[in-house]
Amino acid sequence: MNKFSISQYLLILVVLVLGFTYALPNLYPTQPSIQVAYTDSGKSADQVLLNELKGTLDNNQIQYEEIFLRENKIVVKFSSLDNQLDSKTILQNKLLDKVIIALNLEPSTPDWLKNIGGKPVKLGLDLSGGVHFLLEVDIENAQQGRLELLLDTYRKTFKEDRLNVKNSSVKDLKLFFEFNDKDSYNKALAQYRIDSPGINGLQYEITERPSSNILFLEFSDIALREIRDYAVGQNLITLRNRVNELGVSEPIVQRQGSNRIVVQLPGVQDPTAAKKIIGKTVNLEFRLEANSRTSPLRKQEFNFKDNEYMTATLEKAVVVSGDRVTNASTGFDESGFAQVNITLDMQGGRAMQKASSANIGRKLAVLFIEQKSKSNLILDENGKSVIEQTSYIEKEIISLATIQSTLGTSFRITGVGSPQEASELALLLRAGALAAPMRFVEERTVGPSLGKENIELGMRSIMMGLALVIIFMTFYYRVFGLAANTSLLINLILITGIMSLLGATLTLPGIAGIVLTVGMAVDANVLIFARIREELKEKDPQTAIKDGFSRAFITIFDANVTTLIAALILYIIGTGPVKGFAITLSIGIVTSMFTAIMCTRAIVNLVYGNKNIKELKI
Amino acid sequence: MNIKFQFMKYRKIAGIFSIILFSLSVVSLSFRGLSLGLDFSGGTLIEISYKTPVELESIRNTLIDNGFEDSQVVNFGTNLDVLIKVADQNGNSSIGDEVYKLLNQEGFNGELKRVEFVGPQVGAELRDQGGLGMLVALFMILMYVAFRFQYKFALGAVTALGHDVVIILGLFSIFRWDFDLTVLAALLAVIGYSLNDTIVVSDRIRENFRIQRDMSPREMIDLSLNQTLGRTIVTSFTTLLVLFALFIFGGEMIKGFSLALILGVLVGTYSSIYVVANMLMSLTLIQDDLAIPEPEGAEFDELP
Repeated sequence: MNKFSISQYLLILVVLVLGFTYALPNLYPTQPSIQVAYTDSGKSADQVLLNELKGTLDNNQIQYEEIFLRENKIVVKFSSLDNQLDSKTILQNKLLDKVIIALNLEPSTPDWLKNIGGKPVKLGLDLSGGVHFLLEVDIENAQQGRLELLLDTYRKTFKEDRLNVKNSSVKDLKLFFEFNDKDSYNKALAQYRIDSPGINGLQYEITERPSSNILFLEFSDIALREIRDYAVGQNLITLRNRVNELGVSEPIVQRQGSNRIVVQLPGVQDPTAAKKIIGKTVNLEFRLEANSRTSPLRKQEFNFKDNEYMTATLEKAVVVSGDRVTNASTGFDESGFAQVNITLDMQGGRAMQKASSANIGRKLAVLFIEQKSKSNLILDENGKSVIEQTSYIEKEIISLATIQSTLGTSFRITGVGSPQEASELALLLRAGALAAPMRFVEERTVGPSLGKENIELGMRSIMMGLALVIIFMTFYYRVFGLAANTSLLINLILITGIMSLLGATLTLPGIAGIVLTVGMAVDANVLIFARIREELKEKDPQTAIKDGFSRAFITIFDANVTTLIAALILYIIGTGPVKGFAITLSIGIVTSMFTAIMCTRAIVNLVYGNKNIKELKI
Repeated sequence: MNIKFQFMKYRKIAGIFSIILFSLSVVSLSFRGLSLGLDFSGGTLIEISYKTPVELESIRNTLIDNGFEDSQVVNFGTNLDVLIKVADQNGNSSIGDEVYKLLNQEGFNGELKRVEFVGPQVGAELRDQGGLGMLVALFMILMYVAFRFQYKFALGAVTALGHDVVIILGLFSIFRWDFDLTVLAALLAVIGYSLNDTIVVSDRIRENFRIQRDMSPREMIDLSLNQTLGRTIVTSFTTLLVLFALFIFGGEMIKGFSLALILGVLVGTYSSIYVVANMLMSLTLIQDDLAIPEPEGAEFDELP
């Protein structure tokens, strides 16, 4: 009578097989490896680089297990940590700053597991060691910049329309205009109303003071959101490019909340160096190409960024610098060729207008200025050669084009090559200057030894907790206890499998969540067993088992749903490690319900289901 | 059906006990406040591990001499690990590096285990978010229990949860234990756990009220509590087993977390028996009294 149907057994079997399979990658050890990528983030690693690496490693007789291309990087796996370190030194020595080499521990997941999406659980920074930064984008600054731009624009427009402006300024994030007469006031108001509609709605919020002929203009919430999204999105791109330079194997750069960016660099031990690169200033300069009349003292030769053999001589005077670029996008010209559209602010526009009108037919260059770090091999005090990093400023030409006509705030660069090259140029132009300044609002560094210690401590508590619970359950509930213990082990495997499959991150509080689940998971079993004991007083064993399970189900369900609510809220409000706790707790609740209701029942059914039992020991 | 233990006999004593604990907690929370961890207070925290024990006093003096007046220096776990907390200095994020370099220069050469910096507004936000999260959790649970059971059960459950949370917060305030993000997480887990218990008890009370007609509410509640007692004890016991494993073996970083959970399980188990049942009895009795209004009125008249 207490029998599961074939389909029920099949369901359990399928879940078990899936759980075991996806938990499996965690059993394979990690393998020391290096990841090699071109320093220039625009370039993807290719077969040429792969062959070069191969050659260098072979020449130096360094044993490696595998070398292959993955996405835009080359991965080399080694069998020992020594080989990994040696190869990094040798390759860095040979290729210096052409490539970025990151040390990594590559999972040795077999191919068949990889093909079905199997991967080991990701470790949080508190377990792997590394640096966590939270940066805040200064939106007010971006807003202020836009308002100043508007101020320039309207001053010019109102002047052209011959309005009588008495005073104008930007104050407290508001644009202020005072007029001498009512007529000017009304015309300006009308102009505002014409300009206000944007793609998503009205951009301006206008405060009218007709009695004193004063107009205040603020950005509407819609406009503010656009400004914020643009600034954060822009800074995100810039940060990603910078982080790539750090040579971290699995960096995370993500937006968090409305105006924050979280940067996580597993394995990085020197937060100061990382901070320098993340917070560095990249800039752009527009300069005219030197001609025969330029004095030798006032010109300078630069390399092209995409072609190291080509150079051009530019004037030393800067026409416009990158912080005047407010936007850059790609488009197509009349004949369908890619072009880059650039927008400058008022001041930049004026300077550009002045310089271009006098120099039509000459060439204008875009110079990319970057603070870079350079690796040199030096001998340390013990006579060992180590790589030392020094920083320097590099200036390279990213575009050189002929001025066809007078340029203003908006202009375009044509003849920039393929659409992809155009979009890269636009990206560089945008990335040149951060859309808004950022500051560090949170920083956490976990040393490698602490990470390892945390893993060991966490694993030890899981093992101890598990052992204690298993011993107790076996003595207290006998056969049923064994069934519950089996469910508990299955539960742990399922949690691991699901976490691996979802790509969830395991943190120290996450491990604590698993430990807590071990303690609480038996609750469902205990509820069932207690119920069966009670039912046994009035009913025969088989009916008692059946009613025990079915009556306990409702209680288990209600009790778990409420815990799940608490865990979900924790997930929403928590960050980093705490989120990790919420994840393991939620997964643990679901799997423990499944194992208690399905797996324990299946085992009990298999043991007692077909027999005629007179007495049940529970 | 046998009632082994008459829980409700002691409900007044338990009620007074709860009220005293609750009031003490509220008093301590309002006058002493919580000793907020870095997550909520903002500032910089540096953990350094030394090969040989170092004198905390000399580190303290070194820091004070170099302008870090508002700093705390304590041992963390063992006397080889030193934890330095520097109060926020206008959101300066590089204090951690400065302090570590300074100490190395002054001859305290140790291994940097971790540096944490939390800006002042991030701390304030986490505080607000944490408090809000707690309230939202309580509210949603109230709604769920009201929907699944009845508003009286919901009131009982939420009273019990509020009771648990305030008392644990109170204990953290009285003993000056550090209250950080992980403790907040533990507190939310306690809400989940305590509720688990509460629901199991409520579920049984509901069931018994539906099938037993010849018992007084008090007997009915006592019977339900006795029926669920075995399960309550076993579950609390296994959970405490793992929590003690975590407390002892889990390391210094989750001590506060496991402590909050251990307290939570103890208080939660107690509250699911006494607070919930007490509330239910009070609420039910009032409902019964409402059906026959005279006795209550008479009683009130006699009081002065």
